[in-house]
Amino acid sequence: MEAAVDIVLLSLLCVTVIVIVYIRKLFCAIMLLGIFSLISASLFITMDAVDVAFTEAAVGTGISSILLLSALSLTHTRERRPAHQPYVALMVVAVTGAVLVYGTMDLPAFGDPDSAIHRHMAVRFIVDSPQEVGPPNVVTSVLASYRGYDTLGETTVIFTAGIALVALLGFNRRKEFKVRLSGAQITSVPEVPLSSAPKVPNADYLVLRIVGKMFIPLIMLFALYVQFHGDYGPGGGFQAGVIFASAIMLYAMIFNVETAMRVVTPTALRLLAVLGLLLYGGVGVLCMLLGGNFLDYNVLAHAPLHGQHLGIFLIELGVGITVFAIMVTMFYALGNRSGRSV
Amino acid sequence: MDFDLLDILTALFLTVGCFLGISGGVGLYRLPDFFSRQHATGVTDSACSFLILFALILQSGFTLVSVKLCFIFFFLVITSTTATHALAKSALHKGITPILGREDKR
Amino acid sequence: MNWVGHYNYWVAIFLMMSGFYVVITRGNLIKKLIGLNVFSTSVFLLYISMGKINGGTAPIYSEHTLPGQLFSNPVPHVLILTAIVVGVATTAVGLALTVRINERYGTIEEDEIRAKDDSL
Repeated sequence: MEAAVDIVLLSLLCVTVIVIVYIRKLFCAIMLLGIFSLISASLFITMDAVDVAFTEAAVGTGISSILLLSALSLTHTRERRPAHQPYVALMVVAVTGAVLVYGTMDLPAFGDPDSAIHRHMAVRFIVDSPQEVGPPNVVTSVLASYRGYDTLGETTVIFTAGIALVALLGFNRRKEFKVRLSGAQITSVPEVPLSSAPKVPNADYLVLRIVGKMFIPLIMLFALYVQFHGDYGPGGGFQAGVIFASAIMLYAMIFNVETAMRVVTPTALRLLAVLGLLLYGGVGVLCMLLGGNFLDYNVLAHAPLHGQHLGIFLIELGVGITVFAIMVTMFYALGNRSGRSV
Repeated sequence: MDFDLLDILTALFLTVGCFLGISGGVGLYRLPDFFSRQHATGVTDSACSFLILFALILQSGFTLVSVKLCFIFFFLVITSTTATHALAKSALHKGITPILGREDKR
Repeated sequence: MNWVGHYNYWVAIFLMMSGFYVVITRGNLIKKLIGLNVFSTSVFLLYISMGKINGGTAPIYSEHTLPGQLFSNPVPHVLILTAIVVGVATTAVGLALTVRINERYGTIEEDEIRAKDDSL
């Protein structure tokens, strides 16, 4: 019976991908990518990976679609017909696929409990995690404690991506900027008006405004629940940061992006992003100062389990804060651009 | 095979819910006009989700999981109707008019 | 050789190759990023399929856990969590570059960009 669900979902994925390859309207391609992510999230649930499904649904479906649509609104929405014959590409793809299929012949059968990958690290993590680390969610204990250094690297990657977006796009459209045009004297390009869309009276958006005001606090509350409940169920810092950011993005979509930028200012976001990452690294350094290794939470409190609990709490908080700040920064950077050409 | 009443009811609700979901999908494909397609997806959002979630609530009894499923249903009802409203409003703004037009010919 | 057991892996490879095909044949930059996303999501599918155990459940201890309960392998889950978030960060940077390229060249088709560059 599980195999039937598996086969149907995988066939849906194949159909979706074939349409993504051939469709030329990019808006439809982005929507299909969202559907692809959601069906993958369902597949992850049938394969017992609940944390991964949660993250894929929140990050892959939500944030990816929003960023792609924001970028699409700034560029062209139709793809040109491909000019080259695809035969060489098809051959390359077929050969690569054949080699990969040949490689999977040696993989263990799907679902085999005795395969080699389940015998070494996984046994140690699953069996020893309740005594050594504590949280009932083994994925959180592995992510935050056993492989905490990798998670620090991941948070740094998100932070770097946020910096790259701010460096490439920036979010100030209020100031005039001076441009040196081909060696001539510096002229000043007139600033883009604050919002070039015609002002729509607020009463037009009444339903959206009221439902938005009703739901945005609830979304934030849910984000906090996911953040602090990551020890006991699926959840944790990444999902919580993304859900919190989506509340702000909803606000920015219903009211203006400028209004949202007055509520959650870019300066505050920069501060929060840095604070989250510093919190994570700071916990590691604190562990070193208290006598243990880097990110060795056993020394943080009087008993090792309490120290682990405190350490995991603090670093998940740091991760959540950084992810929230960077996601909203990315949205501001892409959403505030208004089709100017320099 | 002993099925109790809960299992039979769950199966019944799930079947009707899936039928409504499929009919919503068929309507999305076959109906000619944007606004009539909104009606089709409205069925999916409200009746289909209610029946499927209620079947799941029957299976999980009086636990925290049922409360969470109730919350999911309320969230779905409010947000999907708001999304339908937003879509229809922006379609009207853009100038898409229903095929049949207004009955009072204004 | 368990053919049925490997169906999952082969579908994941088919999805990977479709994403790869989109990246190498389509000239539109946003379509390439979409193909890259498809590719990475199908890699996640391959990884998570390797971690599944028949008769297992999600790796979370609760009051319902039986003493000899099998859990699915948590190590691939952790790796894929990291990979999903890094993937979206990469997509965001790619989109920022695409927006800037569009502002500079007026187009996001690779052939037209190369033609404009060659004619400068």
